[in-house]
Amino acid sequence: MNIHEYQAKQLFADAGVAVPNGTVAQSEQDFDQALSALPEGKPVVVKAQIHAGGRGKGTFKDGFQGGVHVVSDAAVAKEKAQAMLGNVLVTKQTGEEGKEVGTVYFTEASDIEKEYYLAVLMDRATSKPVIIASTEGGVDIEEVAESSPEKILKVLVDPALGLRPYQARQIAFGLELSGDSFKQCVKLVTKLYDFFWDKDCSQVEVNPLVTTPAGDVLALDAKVNFDSNALFRHPDVVELRDLTEEDPKEVEASKFDLNYIALDGNVACMVNGAGLAMATMDIIKHYGGSPANFLDVGGGANEEQVENAFRILVSDDAVKAILVNIFGGIMKCDVIATGIVNAARKLDMKVPLVVRLEGTNVEAGKKILADSGLALEPADSLAEAAEKIVKLAAEA
Amino acid sequence: MSVLVNKDTRLVVQGITGSAGSFHTTQCMEYGTNVVAGVTPGKGGQKFQDSVPVFDTVQDAVDKEGANVAALYVPPPFAADSILEAIDAEIPLVIAITEGIPVKDMAEVKARLATSNTRLIGPNCPGIITPGECKIGIMPGYIHKPGKVGIVSRSGTLTYEAVWQITQAGHGQSTCIGIGGDPINGTSHLDAVKLFHEDPDTEAIILIGEIGGTAEEEAAEFIKENVDKPCAAFIAGRTAPPGRRMGHAGAIVSGGKGTAEAKVEALLDANISVAETPSHIAEALFKVWNP
Repeated sequence: MNIHEYQAKQLFADAGVAVPNGTVAQSEQDFDQALSALPEGKPVVVKAQIHAGGRGKGTFKDGFQGGVHVVSDAAVAKEKAQAMLGNVLVTKQTGEEGKEVGTVYFTEASDIEKEYYLAVLMDRATSKPVIIASTEGGVDIEEVAESSPEKILKVLVDPALGLRPYQARQIAFGLELSGDSFKQCVKLVTKLYDFFWDKDCSQVEVNPLVTTPAGDVLALDAKVNFDSNALFRHPDVVELRDLTEEDPKEVEASKFDLNYIALDGNVACMVNGAGLAMATMDIIKHYGGSPANFLDVGGGANEEQVENAFRILVSDDAVKAILVNIFGGIMKCDVIATGIVNAARKLDMKVPLVVRLEGTNVEAGKKILADSGLALEPADSLAEAAEKIVKLAAEA
Repeated sequence: MSVLVNKDTRLVVQGITGSAGSFHTTQCMEYGTNVVAGVTPGKGGQKFQDSVPVFDTVQDAVDKEGANVAALYVPPPFAADSILEAIDAEIPLVIAITEGIPVKDMAEVKARLATSNTRLIGPNCPGIITPGECKIGIMPGYIHKPGKVGIVSRSGTLTYEAVWQITQAGHGQSTCIGIGGDPINGTSHLDAVKLFHEDPDTEAIILIGEIGGTAEEEAAEFIKENVDKPCAAFIAGRTAPPGRRMGHAGAIVSGGKGTAEAKVEALLDANISVAETPSHIAEALFKVWNP
């Protein structure tokens, strides 16, 4: 689960990670009050709040340039904020459709001595949290890792021991800091790691981390992702979820415990199991089609879930055909077949449907489909099903 | 002709009285698995199916019934604790079926595993089956047939697809290991391949992977250097968009890492027969294996 930068900064502040002062506004009426909380007559940073990255270099749909502006005072900040709020920002990560800005974030502009990179994430290869730091901040860290890997500092943390003081010092020494900046960095790294661990984050990224001419160390940006599996123990984090940032079909699917991801093709698919669902998308592509979605109905889907899954699939206007691929194990094919027939009747489906059933009670399932009188095509193998559906989608 | 589990397995089921635990345990008993005990804290003294004793702790199941394999159907918030309990009771093999365990919990479990003699399979996996002898997990038993193909996979239903293709072709499986779809798991593709490599009764190996991480590449590297047995593979997720978790917590391409292309390339480089589609997994194996 992702959150906005302003929410992440608030969590940082609560956890003792130093950030610049900031305030938010969600309507034009709030601008004055929000800006009055910042020091008067000082430069202000105005930031559009959307989940996607690349905001600074993004363009709004009306031609206004940049989702991040550093301005001289509150009056100019207000102008910029007015141009952003309610406007749609397109960045390299949003896709062409862009994202509407519902919140603007104002922060004190910090004097920057130098920019650094700092992140904590779970390293798959070692099954341990890893702290990544670099003297090359404010730029694309993957490019740094590619071009000058010696500038990437990595410290693995033993999950049983937690971050030890010498490891936090390793980071601060590695960033070539000294004096008060060194002490502040050690503290910030320690607090940031504790936050990562306590809140079950999957990734925390600060790019850039900065030092000021006065020697202070601050997190100037904040990107936080949470482990969805652990949200049950963080109700405070769940409250930060912004549903307007997610695809409405995905939000709807999540209400019924359906694992759905919208894609831009025209062949919809409904599958049990994540691996088989991915493989079904792949085979649609293999036979020349284009998948409209990933949908895993899980191992024990009931009739209601099947019906809701169909409803979500047909709500996508781009969908020209639907492929159902079920390998029944625990899930019985006759139960699935009944669910399909009921859903098709209730929803008055207009798009062609190819159904491939295999596994437990497959003969009973096939009979239910055949006896239903519905115009659906059965298929015996996944390859046959994929070939059929791609042909039907092309004809539609 | 198998690895890890067989007719001598003495299984204890953690979470045996829950809905998933009781349903699947019944299925496994019908298949012929030797279920010797169950564990549900607070329900010690009861009997499951009027025959299997239920204990309060895993240690009791070990002491009184000689359990040597544990299967877990414990809900996610308590699953890591149950795995740690099984490790402390020195159970040599623990199979965690539970889906949705927090990654942090698994990082702690993994650290504990490193100082123990326990092997963990899963979590978020269908389990393990040695056809005709022992089924532990949620896979449909009847699609399997005793035979000589070892299968390792991160995905449940995709494994059934491969198993069914082999069975329909008249052949069978030595053991099928579902290692699970989570980013941190107990047994990797590489670990499973090593087991099959050393098992005299496994003649051929099928490796099923998906996007995310580098476990498939590591297994391919080992196969290239050490394994003479014929191997086939399939990788799911060629069409998955980067940065999105595809159902499985571990199935994600991030920072350009873990792509299907990189995995297929590593497999081909190790002379492994790679299936173009999930419908051609058995066919890919029969290109390199003449049983």
